[in-house]
Amino acid sequence: MNPISKNRRSPKQYSVLPGFGLTMGYTLLYLGLIVLIPLAALFLKSSQLGWDDFLKAVGNPRVVASYKLTFGASFIAATVNAIFGFIVAWTLVRYQFPGKRLLDAMVDLPFALPTAVSGIALTAIYSENGWIGQYLEPLGIHAAFSPLGITIALTFIGLPFVVRTLQPAIEDLQRENEEAAASLGASRLQAMLRVILPAVMPALLTGFALSFARALGEYGSVVFISGNMPMRTEITSLLIISKLEQYDVAGATAIAVVMLLASFALLLAVNLLQWWSGQRYRGVA
Amino acid sequence: MSSGVTNTTAHTALTARGLPAKRLRLATEEPDWVRWSLIAISIGFLTLFLLVPLLAVFAEALRKGLGPYFASFADPTALSAIRLTLLTAGIAVPANLVFGLAAAWAIAKFEFFGKSILITLIDLPFAISPVISGLIYVLLFGMRGWLGPWLSGHNVQIIFAVPGLVLATVFVTFPFVARELIPLMQEQGTEEEQAAAVLGASGWQILWRVTLPNVKWALLYGVILCNARAMGEFGAVSVVSGHIRGKTNTIPLHVEILYNEYNFVAAFAVASLLALLAIVTLAAKNVVESRIRRELQQTLEPSTAEA
Repeated sequence: MNPISKNRRSPKQYSVLPGFGLTMGYTLLYLGLIVLIPLAALFLKSSQLGWDDFLKAVGNPRVVASYKLTFGASFIAATVNAIFGFIVAWTLVRYQFPGKRLLDAMVDLPFALPTAVSGIALTAIYSENGWIGQYLEPLGIHAAFSPLGITIALTFIGLPFVVRTLQPAIEDLQRENEEAAASLGASRLQAMLRVILPAVMPALLTGFALSFARALGEYGSVVFISGNMPMRTEITSLLIISKLEQYDVAGATAIAVVMLLASFALLLAVNLLQWWSGQRYRGVA
Repeated sequence: MSSGVTNTTAHTALTARGLPAKRLRLATEEPDWVRWSLIAISIGFLTLFLLVPLLAVFAEALRKGLGPYFASFADPTALSAIRLTLLTAGIAVPANLVFGLAAAWAIAKFEFFGKSILITLIDLPFAISPVISGLIYVLLFGMRGWLGPWLSGHNVQIIFAVPGLVLATVFVTFPFVARELIPLMQEQGTEEEQAAAVLGASGWQILWRVTLPNVKWALLYGVILCNARAMGEFGAVSVVSGHIRGKTNTIPLHVEILYNEYNFVAAFAVASLLALLAIVTLAAKNVVESRIRRELQQTLEPSTAEA
């Protein structure tokens, strides 16, 4: 531990720099007013509800159906992203090909494109007479207004998380390990599965968890393509909004608390993963 | 890059010896067919999931030609949506910029107890669903909320009005500037600022002449991302806006209303504005990123020359 950090009474005692009181005070005030107090309001409101009403609100069949859909579609989308995101990250780091820089820049599009825009664009593409939908329809695949459409939208918004988490991890890979594997007689596939994959696993899982977490709370890109049929294609975020519109503030709050706890659990998992990968690197060094 | 060079040198060395060149590849590289199929999968996946939706926005917007496209912007409700978006971003971005600088200064330049908890709390809004981000302000300021009755007694409206839109936007863009500045300023340390302080510079002088020039690109990077999100936010503002045409509709909400009225050309025309903003954001982000990389190399090079 830094000896300085033990001395908590006044940071000014050892620093010649001014402004700690002002900036720290402002940071805490702003954080409190914008984030902490409103969040506390959410938990307080739900605690007023009483245990029975809370369980009734979050255990309603329509709500449970929305959890299943949201978690299921988010999980599939995050899995698709983990697989293709790994391939994309690998090609962007290891290979040279024309258009690579453009492709690399394009990965961030889902971060930059407002969710409402991606929502209506995806709906237009996958609806019956859309660019892609017209070829899926004869095959009996209804992409728009179905769980498949929701999964497509969630894949779109989650992709950059996996690619951007994996890229630095693949760049940091020690080529020597791959050379050692090859000189010990491992085929390229064996080296890939036994040397490279375990080394990037923490990053891959982190990207998966981030993409999953983002998908759980997503609203804008999904509402247009989902069709919003209760029990079938209604995601939890939308259910919160429709409860609010029916002035069922207590019900909306209860569902929001459940979703918030799920995303906090994922955040914790991400932090544990990062701690794990930190431990692993320290073990190697 | 470097492996490609070694490959060709090994290649010429072996062909000179008359060995078959065709089957040659380094043991740490994938066979050509694997390499090219992976590249093809990447390009295919990104085209299908990213490029096609982006192109679809412009194709749908221009479906009936340029006339109807430009007519969509002449509508007074579209103009007021554009004005409102500029206003909310104009408040939210500077507010989070000032906060980001203050937080980064306190966290990077001083040691104190609970620093990592503070950093986690600053990142918290990123972990919260947009819909819930809007909901918390409804619970606080709405008519059935904690402060709602008192506020309406004093004739102050926050929810279903502009202040609510600004608050929700500030919340969802909260960490952008701070999270770019904190790691960079932590890495840069306090030596330069201490030198300035010892030489008699005031706090503001240190900030303007030492710290800000050192972090300007990271700051710009944070502002670009913050602005893109502020102008494009949909879920959170949708909850607090009340969708009052010409009054509390931002551009994304206006897109939603037009789309739900089956006015597709107008919806996509207005959406194409946001898509253009996204393209400009990506381009600016790449320029700034390469600037940051170049400056990092410049600061690294003298030290490697010494070593």
